[in-house]
Amino acid sequence: MSVPEALGRRSQGDRVRGTAFYVLLLVSVTIGFLLLGVLLVDVFRKGIGYVDLTLLNEPNSSDPNKAGAGPAIRGTIYMMILLLVFVVPIGVGTALYLEEYANRERWYNRLLEINIQNLAAVPSIVYGILGLAFLVRGIGLGQVLLAGALILTLLVLPTVIVASREAIRAVPDSIRQGAYALGATQWQVVWRQVLPAAIPGIATGSILALARAIGETAPLLLVGALTYVAVNPTLLGSFTALPVQIYQWIARPQEEFRILAAAGIIVLLAILLTMNAFAIWLRNHYQRRW
Amino acid sequence: MSDMESAPSAPVTIAGMDEKLLAERRGTGSSTRRDVLFDVADLRVEYSGVAALKDVTLEIYKNHVTAFIGPSGCGKSTFIRCFNRMNDLIPTAAVDGRILYHGIDLYGPDVDSVEVRKRIGMVFQKPNPFPKSIYDNVAFGPRVLGWKKNLDERVEEALRHAALWDEVKNRLKASAYSLSGGQQQRLCIARCLAVEPDVLLMDEPASALDPISTTSIEDLMHELKREFTIVIVTHNMQQAARVADMTAFFSVEVDEERDHRTGILVEYDQTPTIFTNPSDKRTEDYVTGRFG
Repeated sequence: MSVPEALGRRSQGDRVRGTAFYVLLLVSVTIGFLLLGVLLVDVFRKGIGYVDLTLLNEPNSSDPNKAGAGPAIRGTIYMMILLLVFVVPIGVGTALYLEEYANRERWYNRLLEINIQNLAAVPSIVYGILGLAFLVRGIGLGQVLLAGALILTLLVLPTVIVASREAIRAVPDSIRQGAYALGATQWQVVWRQVLPAAIPGIATGSILALARAIGETAPLLLVGALTYVAVNPTLLGSFTALPVQIYQWIARPQEEFRILAAAGIIVLLAILLTMNAFAIWLRNHYQRRW
Repeated sequence: MSDMESAPSAPVTIAGMDEKLLAERRGTGSSTRRDVLFDVADLRVEYSGVAALKDVTLEIYKNHVTAFIGPSGCGKSTFIRCFNRMNDLIPTAAVDGRILYHGIDLYGPDVDSVEVRKRIGMVFQKPNPFPKSIYDNVAFGPRVLGWKKNLDERVEEALRHAALWDEVKNRLKASAYSLSGGQQQRLCIARCLAVEPDVLLMDEPASALDPISTTSIEDLMHELKREFTIVIVTHNMQQAARVADMTAFFSVEVDEERDHRTGILVEYDQTPTIFTNPSDKRTEDYVTGRFG
């Protein structure tokens, strides 16, 4: 039985274009995957043997067999905690103001919005220079952990604000109206309905922003993340961070330090992937359907 | 059911209202058969300077169901939102004219819109339960008002009033989203009742529901009007005919030149009169299905 003309296949040209486009998409995906795969395999092959307690605990040393990244890892973790404490209240507060309170008709609110969008695009080295000029020298904080955490706060603040705004905007207006109609004040509507409903989105966005900050090297070098710190970092003491340590090891001529750098990268990746996995889990677990 | 009888007769207090004046207005001396609850005069609502509704004058009676009907864009939803000052939430909206509630101007300078909304509850077109448990949905109103005592009893009463208790009593901790659309809408009604309002405003409460759920909402209105005053917007004329004691028909006045559409009140009367013997040609055309 033959197929009637009208139900027959589309023209050759249409099908070729469709297939070509599909292949193009596959190639794009493959390039991304391959690059990441090669990088990971290379790093793991070189560095996995050096990931041990010495690496995780000991301070840096001129002897590659004794050198570790203990203070750097702890410096990174302390900075993440400080960063979280600084960036979440300021970021969520700004987002709440812009979404729930600000009158868009006012010029200063529009200025604020444009400012935040532009800040997100400023290169991190510029933040580093700001930190050096303003925090380290200007107010005389010195080259300390707190200065590093503050400068990373500025760096990721726009990202957290944007992510939080999107999460807040995703809360349907019908929820706000329902709460207002019961005699809730604006404070009660925001605090008891909008914010709890937006928290999964805010948390996911903040973690991803934090994951970006964790790999930053340039601004930290400028505010003085030293490469040799034998003691555990303190709030107002000199400090170093994992990416800075990796950078310093790679710059060394000895082959052993390059391998050590690969091991450091594995630790950094492990921290990063754990954070991202947590963000994904949060998103899936608390995702709301309206 | 009868344990909530005290609710509607509780003293009306709106910030800035003179208690004595209120008592006078509500006094038994002026016992007309129909007590006026809202007295609306020359009401006009504008969005960004363009009138959405104008020249509305009518009275709404206590313990009656009053329906607003009319074609889309006739301002009936805009109008119902004037009664609990929901239009305040739209920055570009401006309300002009007068709405007296128990003789007090709702838009008076000392009246707090938050207090108004506490007395005058609202149910929306699409069920909008909060993303919380069934219990927390009903308890939200009492909680924001600081009524912490006997919360469990209050929630149960409200759910019983909304004819939902038997269906949810064993799963109060379940998400409100696990309920069907009709149940969600009754939950929203229960949520309103939990703050012991005086009036229930319903903006097309059944338009997103199936016929069976619609019937249950309508039956509920018959029950509730004994204790509350109900104002309902509906685009379903049969629904107005079934549930309402009084019906107001709104229409649209089109300004072709400036492309403005303004709602006007055409006729307001007892429901049977509106549907069987309207005095305005436009009402007759609408209710007989020749227009809209």
